[in-house]
Amino acid sequence: MRTNINLIRVSSLLSGVVFGLGMAISGMTNTQRVQGFLDLAGAWDPTLAFVMAGGIFITGTGFKFIFKKQTPLFSDLFHLPTKMRIDKPLIFGALLFGAGWGLVGYCPGPAIAGITYGYNSTLIFIAAMVIGMLITNPLSNIFSTVLGSSKANNAEAD
Amino acid sequence: MTMWFNGRIAGVSGILFGAISSSTTGSRADQPDTTTGTQTDKLWRILFILGIAIGGAIPALFSNDFLPPPPDASLPLLIIGGLAVGIGTKLGGGCTSGHGICGISRLSLRSITATCTFMAAGFACVFTLKHLFGG
Repeated sequence: MRTNINLIRVSSLLSGVVFGLGMAISGMTNTQRVQGFLDLAGAWDPTLAFVMAGGIFITGTGFKFIFKKQTPLFSDLFHLPTKMRIDKPLIFGALLFGAGWGLVGYCPGPAIAGITYGYNSTLIFIAAMVIGMLITNPLSNIFSTVLGSSKANNAEAD
Repeated sequence: MTMWFNGRIAGVSGILFGAISSSTTGSRADQPDTTTGTQTDKLWRILFILGIAIGGAIPALFSNDFLPPPPDASLPLLIIGGLAVGIGTKLGGGCTSGHGICGISRLSLRSITATCTFMAAGFACVFTLKHLFGG
């Protein structure tokens, strides 16, 4: 099918709603449960592992069928990450992200899903996260000195 | 869903960045965007993010069981954590949805490595926070 930008917009909104519903219902928006999941040495709460496993199962099964098609429904091609190399920015970035996730209990999706709950702490976290994303490329010189690589991983798996 | 309809990875951190960054500094945004025929299309990204907020709000309207408590973190921790998540997902090229769900589903070695790394960092961080500092 030829790219239909309006259908892409509508389906993006719907995909977001489904994603947000999933986050809220599964408990991913509850930072204490997320930290409980990450707390192996404490009263470990493994339930959120099923959310992730379920997500991978559904997505993995879905991708199998989707990639058999020539193109997506509303677009003329699949946009997939092209970078294959495991490099320092990937590892360093993942370490930093994991640390922040553990500190507060939010990763990007659930933080946004929780934006309407009326907590200032959620808004502060999101603001800091957005600032972090925006300063990464301007600060890439500093990171490149640390990591010995010239640029942050652009155009990646999100 | 996003892949089926639009041919895109449903990665929140990358879509969020594409939605907020200016077209000259963006990672996605500065690449020719073939879904539109124009340089960029922020609108689908903004709508996706908006959708997440709407979807997240709906269950709490029906039951307080779906209204979680606020994050249990002090102001400095919120800011440090937020910055770390922002910089980390940008540098590492993905978060839980992009690497953890979509990436592992595609059996991407990069994503599997990233997911193991951020899970390990998350475990280590909570261990330090809850058990070494007794928070």
